[in-house]
Amino acid sequence: MCGIVGLYLKNPELESRLGELFEPMLIAMTDRGPDSAGFAVYGDEYDAGVKLTLQSDDADYDWQALADRLEAAFGSLDSWFQNANVAVLKLASEEKQVLSWVAENAPDVRVMSAGQSIEILKGVGLPTEVAARYNLKSMRGSHAIGHTRMATESAVTLQGSHPFSTGLDLCLVHNGSLSNHNRLRDKLKRQGISFQTDNDSEVAAGYLTWRMAKGETLNQALKSALKDLDGFFTFTIGTRDGFAVVRDPISCKPAVIAETDDYVAMASEYRALADLPGIKEAKVWEPEPAKIYVWERDGAKVEAA
Amino acid sequence: MKTYDLSSDSLRELNQALHDADITASEREWRVANPNGAHNIACGLNDAISVDIDGHAGYYCAGMNQKANVTVHGNVGVGVAENMMSGMVHVKGDASQSAGATAHGGLLVVDGNASARCGISMKGVDIVVKGNIGPMSAFMGQSGCLVVCGDAGEALGDSIYEAHIYVKGSVTSLGADCIEKEMRQEHLDEVSDLLKRAGVETDPAAFKRYGSARQLYNFKVDNASAY
Repeated sequence: MCGIVGLYLKNPELESRLGELFEPMLIAMTDRGPDSAGFAVYGDEYDAGVKLTLQSDDADYDWQALADRLEAAFGSLDSWFQNANVAVLKLASEEKQVLSWVAENAPDVRVMSAGQSIEILKGVGLPTEVAARYNLKSMRGSHAIGHTRMATESAVTLQGSHPFSTGLDLCLVHNGSLSNHNRLRDKLKRQGISFQTDNDSEVAAGYLTWRMAKGETLNQALKSALKDLDGFFTFTIGTRDGFAVVRDPISCKPAVIAETDDYVAMASEYRALADLPGIKEAKVWEPEPAKIYVWERDGAKVEAA
Repeated sequence: MKTYDLSSDSLRELNQALHDADITASEREWRVANPNGAHNIACGLNDAISVDIDGHAGYYCAGMNQKANVTVHGNVGVGVAENMMSGMVHVKGDASQSAGATAHGGLLVVDGNASARCGISMKGVDIVVKGNIGPMSAFMGQSGCLVVCGDAGEALGDSIYEAHIYVKGSVTSLGADCIEKEMRQEHLDEVSDLLKRAGVETDPAAFKRYGSARQLYNFKVDNASAY
């Protein structure tokens, strides 16, 4: 089953309340996905280099030591903080160099996200537990997307939970299941895309990474995805400036969108939107199959694929 | 009028109370406040009561309805009035997919749009949609009428049996074995009556009729011995 939610704030005055508005949306989708949850929060922008979100399974992991080693290697660590078993580090260095250093020198640490704005936090457990673990409700930012998982195609693990990073400041959450993910994964591996799990949604994320590495825009990559991905899906894709929603051509999986002057919100079901301010006066509708809906700072776009 | 507020009262209590309503006493009119998209509101009603739902409802709203008159002052999720037997369900907003699925009777009116698979496998229900309907609507429709004042999406009436489809606007494409048919007086009368019951003022002659060409396997007498 799975539930997905997204909230994009048009009104900057609400940014200090992003977590407080978003947390009930995620928790409302517990019935659809009680085994794991995750979210990507966009905000606290860092333009001087790269912002990394790293995770360790070891609750006592020595993040200070890792930060010291990174500072020794690059001399560019601007700031860092720890949040439960995750650390967010800002380095005024080139992203690829930092990521290859981490892969080589801290192989036990997982890179959850990289970019200027994104922070991905996720884990096994009820959505309410995962949200509390990372103190979601106090987070600020411009937008967030989230996922509650009921596993079908792979095991219940942190690695199998969403969102999946698909490149700098990009991530994907998926409701549905893909039927051609095995063959597509092999194809993408030959193109140099690496995978951590047998999960179908990770293949969709890898697919978008591959298309955009070839120079396609997000819109073009999503159009290609509608041709190449077989199965059923509603995807929400977080970008640095907003988010996109796309449903498969026979609209197997639900989605509902609400828009007011203050925000655009999407969810698998209206229940997740019911507590948002001004929702009773919001424009509420169901996105059409095989159409790509994008909300970004420069306005809204809808494209037929 | 009795009111249930779903922000504090339980859905199960509401549905039980609706099932137990004594229409010989003064329990004919009910109001549901703060539905907040909850699923299964007013399901399985079995008497001539009237229920007003003040807001958006979730999945299977007014499913299996018999005799009752249910009005939703908002949108509904998947499967509104699915398997309705009689009575009337009126959605003031939009309906998600599979509106009126497999319903045997009664009248479903949607003031806004209905998305994919509206009237899928309909078995006698009448459905009037004032806006547009999504793809694959009236798939395998067996009986009843689907009247659409706006446009219809892809594959309308795929593998249809004897349901009647009337569309005023455009049809993106017809499904397998579904064809346009002549509007005779009996069809004008049928549309006119349904529009009147749904409270729509528009010219019945502006509608086109679609139905089965009866060319699929199951319509061929030569195949009867296979069963």
